[in-house]
Amino acid sequence: MRREVPLFITAIVGISFVIQYFIPHPPFSNLSDWFSDWFSIIQACAIVLGALNLMKISFLKVKDKKPDWGYAAVIIVSFLFITIIGLSEGEGFRLPGTKFDWIYNFIFIPLSATMFSILAFFVASASYRAFRARNFEATLLLIAAFFVMLGRVPIGDLLVWFMPEGYQLSNLASWVMNVPQAAGQRAIMIGIGLGVVSTSLRVILGIERSHIGGGE
Amino acid sequence: MSTKVKEILAVVAITIFCLVFYIGKINGWETIEFSFTVSMIVISLLVLSLVWILILTIKGNLIERRIVFLFVGIAVTLPLFMGISQKISSSPEVVSLYESVDALPAGSKVLISFDYDPPSAPELQPMAEAFIQLCFEKNLKVITMGLWPQGPQQANLAFEKVFSSEKLKGRKFEYGVDYVNLGFQTGNEFVVQRMGSSFKSMFPTDYVGNAYNDLPLVKNIKNFSNIDYCFNLSAGFPGTVEWIQIGVDRFGVLLGAGNTAVQAPQIYPYLNAGQLTGLLGGMNGAAEFEKLTEIPGKGTKFMLSQSFSHMVVIAFVLIGNVAFFMSGRKSMLEGNEE
Amino acid sequence: MDHFSLWLAAFLTLGIISFLYKDNPWYKLTEAIFIGISAGYWVVTLYWDNFYGKFWVNKGEEPTLWIGAFFGFLMLLRLIPKVGWLSRWPLAFIVGATSGLWLMNYFASNIMVQVQATIMPLFSTGYGTGFDADFATIVANFVIFFGTLTGLVYFFFSKEHKGAFGVGAKIGIFFLMITFGASFGYTVMSRMSLLIGRIDFLFGDWLGMIQ
Repeated sequence: MRREVPLFITAIVGISFVIQYFIPHPPFSNLSDWFSDWFSIIQACAIVLGALNLMKISFLKVKDKKPDWGYAAVIIVSFLFITIIGLSEGEGFRLPGTKFDWIYNFIFIPLSATMFSILAFFVASASYRAFRARNFEATLLLIAAFFVMLGRVPIGDLLVWFMPEGYQLSNLASWVMNVPQAAGQRAIMIGIGLGVVSTSLRVILGIERSHIGGGE
Repeated sequence: MSTKVKEILAVVAITIFCLVFYIGKINGWETIEFSFTVSMIVISLLVLSLVWILILTIKGNLIERRIVFLFVGIAVTLPLFMGISQKISSSPEVVSLYESVDALPAGSKVLISFDYDPPSAPELQPMAEAFIQLCFEKNLKVITMGLWPQGPQQANLAFEKVFSSEKLKGRKFEYGVDYVNLGFQTGNEFVVQRMGSSFKSMFPTDYVGNAYNDLPLVKNIKNFSNIDYCFNLSAGFPGTVEWIQIGVDRFGVLLGAGNTAVQAPQIYPYLNAGQLTGLLGGMNGAAEFEKLTEIPGKGTKFMLSQSFSHMVVIAFVLIGNVAFFMSGRKSMLEGNEE
Repeated sequence: MDHFSLWLAAFLTLGIISFLYKDNPWYKLTEAIFIGISAGYWVVTLYWDNFYGKFWVNKGEEPTLWIGAFFGFLMLLRLIPKVGWLSRWPLAFIVGATSGLWLMNYFASNIMVQVQATIMPLFSTGYGTGFDADFATIVANFVIFFGTLTGLVYFFFSKEHKGAFGVGAKIGIFFLMITFGASFGYTVMSRMSLLIGRIDFLFGDWLGMIQ
């Protein structure tokens, strides 16, 4: 029962979505609509599960006074702070001027934006330390990167001011992106597509069962 | 002087620096803009620093990563003080997107999906602002939504910026009639799939809780067949790929896309296959679109910094490789002599 | 923007940036705040956008939604070890739904349409029969066709890359290197853009040094 029911659910839902692609009429369209609605709700609950799990782990860390338990307490306090404010402000919680909007603009945006922006430093450092043109393929990769990096900023055209209109670095970068780069991406895309199709078939037919876990 | 003392002194110096300029800002100090001569001196100093780094690296001393970080920070910051303007070209994919929107008649309904969060805002927010302003200038109706939770709030920020622009001054835009923000829904590609049959079922209320049928702009919109154009701003999954797979290929939507530069290369095959009407890639795409729409914004403003940062990364890669090849040659020559 | 808000935003921004020097308590504090605020943001948004609209404003309109709510509840049972196995049902639903939808979407959009866009007349514009394409278009068509074909040849590992097949695979690698190089260039562009945005906040909105 513990393994058969999930396999049955996977198969039925998967096959319904495949059939509705070819027969987008009732009853298959109804099934597709219901399943899409349920997917949205289940995914929302999955995210809530993640948040609750985070709180559980942080709470246990604080309770047992594990190393850095202070930061776990900060996580709990921050979570409760925004959740209580957001839930108490009503449907217009995101309108400009609300406390939730203030938290978004002056706490969430600075933190999330800066967290990803420091990657710029690591990209430069990694390029300096590790990016070596050891063979022809790596050199080709480097040259393509240089042309694209220079061609996609105005300074690139400034460097080749002597070239006629239509033959500048920006035109070359555009051609590289639209032609050879697109060809390589397309090959990767078709390969991935074939992999997705075969894996999806295996999951729907119950050959792939890792998603239902091991044991009982 | 111990490291701890140096660190404390550095923090104190930075704090004093920040306090001085913050108080200056309150007292109405003017912003700093380097003259052309000063800008050239700054550029020369940056080039000389790179030469110094090259010499050190060739000698076998890879400079510490914190020096690299400092250099990148300076190279990105200083151009923001320079008043040098640059010529921005127009890529075919950006022109194509502009023309497809320009061809829409007044009153057309445009659906904009904000599928990004604040980290991607420097690239995508200028695109959003320019696109929404273009729509309002052309009297198009705008409906926004998000597959990412922060999307609707980024949409709000874009609307606020657009409504305060010079070109739209004096015009009144009524929420629910000229524009609507439907909010966010979980479900990733299943949201798009469901919207193919019913917008209302996926968005029973807008982002502030108004019932779908109470909004004049959307109450007669059943599904994609009532939408004239779609524009997707995407930073990853879910995003442009899902909109193409379901919105375009399944439901026949006309779609244009604005992507972060990380995602843009993966979208070019779709553009080549005709599944997209146009593509804005990264901050460069935003700057080109701002130029075409004649709506200067942060995309254009940041391009000089972008140029400098690219030159710095290229310089670091070249320096690393020059030193690598020279050390390789040196050890080869030493081997031959032995 | 009031003074406290600006200084708070700057404090949090500089706290994250301080990691570049070394890991320190300031960074750890801002990181913990980020984690808590992000989790709370999701919960609040989900409540008002998903649950409130579907189950309160529109209550009674779509009774089938309660089945989805039941599955969602089963998902939450994962927190309780004794009945956690019940969460396999909604998990199976998610996996099945994703597999079913992706099977058709990827087949149609990522395989069929892409193959169609590759196999086309090399000397005509579009799918025409005339010899009417200009030189640039002909070159582009050839490059796209051979680039895609040789890239796919490279990914075919069931046959040894020898002889003519090996030559095709080698050419495929060259196209893939161009693709990866372009991706690297764009990645650098993207990361730098994010940094420029934050620098603009610090020196513009906070310190007022730039326009």
